[in-house]
Amino acid sequence: MEDLKKMYDAILTGNFKAAREITQQALAAGVDPQALVQQQMIPAMDEVGRRYEANEYFVPELLISARAMKASLELIRPLLTASGAEPAGRVVIGTVKGDLHDIGKNLVAAMLEGAGFEVIDLGVDVSPEKFITALNERHAGLVAMSALLTTTMNSMKTTVEALKAAGVRNKVKIMIGGAPVTQKYADEIGADGYSSNANAAVALARKLVAA
Amino acid sequence: MTSLLAQLLGPDPVITDGAWGTQLQALGLPAGECPDAWNLTHPDRVRQVAQSYVDAGSKVILTNTFRSNRITLAGHGLADRVADINRAGVDISRAAATTHAKVFASIGPTGKMLMMGEVTEEEVFAAFAEQAAALGAADALVIETMSDLEEARIAVRAAKTTGLPVVASMVFDSGKDRDRTMMGSTPEEVAESLAEAGADVIGANCGLGMEGYIPVAKRLRAATALPIWIKPNAGLPELVDGHIVYRTTPAEFALQALVLRKAGVAFVGGCCGTSPEFIHALHTALQG
Repeated sequence: MEDLKKMYDAILTGNFKAAREITQQALAAGVDPQALVQQQMIPAMDEVGRRYEANEYFVPELLISARAMKASLELIRPLLTASGAEPAGRVVIGTVKGDLHDIGKNLVAAMLEGAGFEVIDLGVDVSPEKFITALNERHAGLVAMSALLTTTMNSMKTTVEALKAAGVRNKVKIMIGGAPVTQKYADEIGADGYSSNANAAVALARKLVAA
Repeated sequence: MTSLLAQLLGPDPVITDGAWGTQLQALGLPAGECPDAWNLTHPDRVRQVAQSYVDAGSKVILTNTFRSNRITLAGHGLADRVADINRAGVDISRAAATTHAKVFASIGPTGKMLMMGEVTEEEVFAAFAEQAAALGAADALVIETMSDLEEARIAVRAAKTTGLPVVASMVFDSGKDRDRTMMGSTPEEVAESLAEAGADVIGANCGLGMEGYIPVAKRLRAATALPIWIKPNAGLPELVDGHIVYRTTPAEFALQALVLRKAGVAFVGGCCGTSPEFIHALHTALQG
């Protein structure tokens, strides 16, 4: 199929319908799904990220591109799984205990899904125990925590401590984010990384999974 | 301009209030508990916060109703208390304000994203209209801390059904110059769009400190003939020994407010990290 570039454009412009149709056509035509992902879709999401960093794209554009990506990946994933390919990584994500804000967490979840991660979303007001149970049951290598309030960000610290006490700290990487969160705070509580926005969270997740 | 605004506005900015949540925590509100519920369970302590701002020189105080729309309260299991919590919020602020200050009732975001399909426009409009109606005894309504222009526009339209003057204020903290909303809107786009939706006053709050909001205020001022409302944070939060601190002092905050006055801002107050001391400092600086 010569016009795989259309796949790139569908992701870049966030055209959900086109992304799904082109994926179906490409798969029917025998295109290697791995090649479609690696040569068109991921480069398109990388360009979305570049435009976001350059202030050409904002959150709405990030979201529609991530959604187009997800729609396409849902068709491709069964084929990849059948051929033994693993997702980019498995992430347990949640807004920490005491905090009910989920916009930032949902943005990060959408972007990670768009980047090919398997995302296990625990929702809001997630206790340390819930994080631990999910990490153990789903064998996730990454945990992402969010907090919007200065009054609830301390739950990130207690969660890290609980992970240590439960003996799972060394099996996972921890990333955190949210309005009051800083790199300094991440260092102080012993998280492995911090990102200031949903786009940077993808780069961070990739880095932590590769490490 | 509404008669209330004509009556309030003069050559100097009207001094509004500062943060409520942190003040309530200082009075014993546990972290993670819905502050608005205290309108029913601890009205005396909410009144204390309102009173502290009136005493510090606020000519406009808000209400402890930021989260009191049906969608947000549902997260706290309080969806059936929308009317009670909002009415109590106005009563409490009114009792503290008496004749010294006007009561502008607070309406915050739903916390759900329209474009993610988490809520529909109809649900958001209904939630804000219900809250606005319950706040009807206030002098004006303040839609604040909005990140999404679409949600803010829906809130303005809902608030206008009460016939009260409506302030619409958004957070500008995104983009490399920190001059966009989370969804990418510029001050110019916000001013035009909110005015078109029916707002009587356009503003910026939370997100940035004074330094960040001076250029935003100037751009809003240039983009609309409507009065401008600014409530910055006390700088950006920092973590010191496990505690969150805002480094900006009341005196520094008040000094920069003089620049806002020069820029033609009509209402000045503070958001996260500010306290009655900040309002007192504003009062001293702006009346001096």
